Amino acid sequence: MPEKKLRILIAKPGLDGHDRGAKVVARALRDAGMEVIYTGLRQTPESIVETALQEDVDAIGLSILSGAHNHLFKKVIDLLKEEGAEDIPIFGGGIIPEDDMPYLTDIGVKKIFGPGTSTEKIVTYIKEMTNK
Amino acid sequence: MNSFDELIKRMSSGERRALGKIITLMENDSSSSAYIIPQIHNLTGNAHIVGITGPPGSGKSSLVDKLISCYRNDGLKVGVIAIDPTSPFTGGAILGDRIRMKRHYTDKDVFIRSMATRGNLGGLSEATGNTIQALDAFGKDVIIIETVGAGQVEIDIVKVADTVVVVSVPSMGDSVQTLKAGIMEIGDIFAVNKADIEGVEKCIIEIRMMLELSEKKGGWIQPIIKTFGNKDDGANDLYESIKNHHKYLIESGHHEQKRIIRGKTELINILQNLFIRNLYDTISEKEMEELAKKIANREKDPYMIIEELIPRLKKFI
Repeated sequence: MPEKKLRILIAKPGLDGHDRGAKVVARALRDAGMEVIYTGLRQTPESIVETALQEDVDAIGLSILSGAHNHLFKKVIDLLKEEGAEDIPIFGGGIIPEDDMPYLTDIGVKKIFGPGTSTEKIVTYIKEMTNK
Repeated sequence: MNSFDELIKRMSSGERRALGKIITLMENDSSSSAYIIPQIHNLTGNAHIVGITGPPGSGKSSLVDKLISCYRNDGLKVGVIAIDPTSPFTGGAILGDRIRMKRHYTDKDVFIRSMATRGNLGGLSEATGNTIQALDAFGKDVIIIETVGAGQVEIDIVKVADTVVVVSVPSMGDSVQTLKAGIMEIGDIFAVNKADIEGVEKCIIEIRMMLELSEKKGGWIQPIIKTFGNKDDGANDLYESIKNHHKYLIESGHHEQKRIIRGKTELINILQNLFIRNLYDTISEKEMEELAKKIANREKDPYMIIEELIPRLKKFI
């Protein structure tokens, strides 16, 4: 029977080739009953935004360990705006220093999950965020 | 229903996000489909619908990726529906087929939609048919459907596609496997993928033997094509075969026949779903539970209960 399901895009922008974390999060969201679209490694902001439109996702999670988070989050958010899709919330994870958090919040990133975050916390957050 | 009309208008003007949203609406709620499909139905019927099926890990997504390139080289617009399984335990799914199609992510004339089966067992999702309609109305010249990893009986693809490609890989079992009923009967074209590994010639011989024993599909002789995941050899042959099959369908009149059969399938599916929905609206979950208890403790048998329920259901017929 048809029913509403949360569809979440998990994406790896930029050049780091480490997607263990992204896969763990994808698996946890799957186990929480969500449909997770995984883009694979080394995606450009353009390809992530295009995927989000085609897949009509409820949220985008970016995993970044390369240090280029300030640039990549900004670019994805700008492109979403260009497409009139700035209503799609963005969260993130990876190695992101505390000092950069205010900037990321300022440009519109909803939440950053650092190393050691329990998957349960991420699941709860996404459910609450997309419920609004 | 104004927001639906607005979305349909935006979709008709080529907005990809509107198409994405329309697909979601139809996937989540069949009453949305009942509003949307009548508005777009007269724009459909133009695309060539190609199904790609075969076992998990046989390389379907990689072949789809290569086929997209072939179509794009000819300037054709492509829609892809890639289906992956929903967990029967949690209801969740990982939709990862598009990873193999990365190089087409930013091509504005390629629209890839991943779908989860959501409990459907035939290798497709319930909304696949309506999603095909939406992509067709959006102006795609070809719509490629990648089924879930299929074993033997997931053959619903034959009901929606004009051309079915069955992907096999060498060393999947002995010749008895090709004699079995089911998936091997639905191929218009056979692709033997990973054709650089051992056992490929044996695999081809077994498929050929199977085909020689089967009834011919009109005048069409099903080709068997060697393809590779790691190089482009073979993909072009596959592409040519798919185009030849399309031409054959149109020239032989089979195309028309297939479309009539498809119309019938669509009608039956919608009626069935409508009936089931009405049924659930008629009987509350609590009542259902109580009836089930009566069956379990042998107070009543299911046929007795149905006799009692029928008068309530008659209003839908």
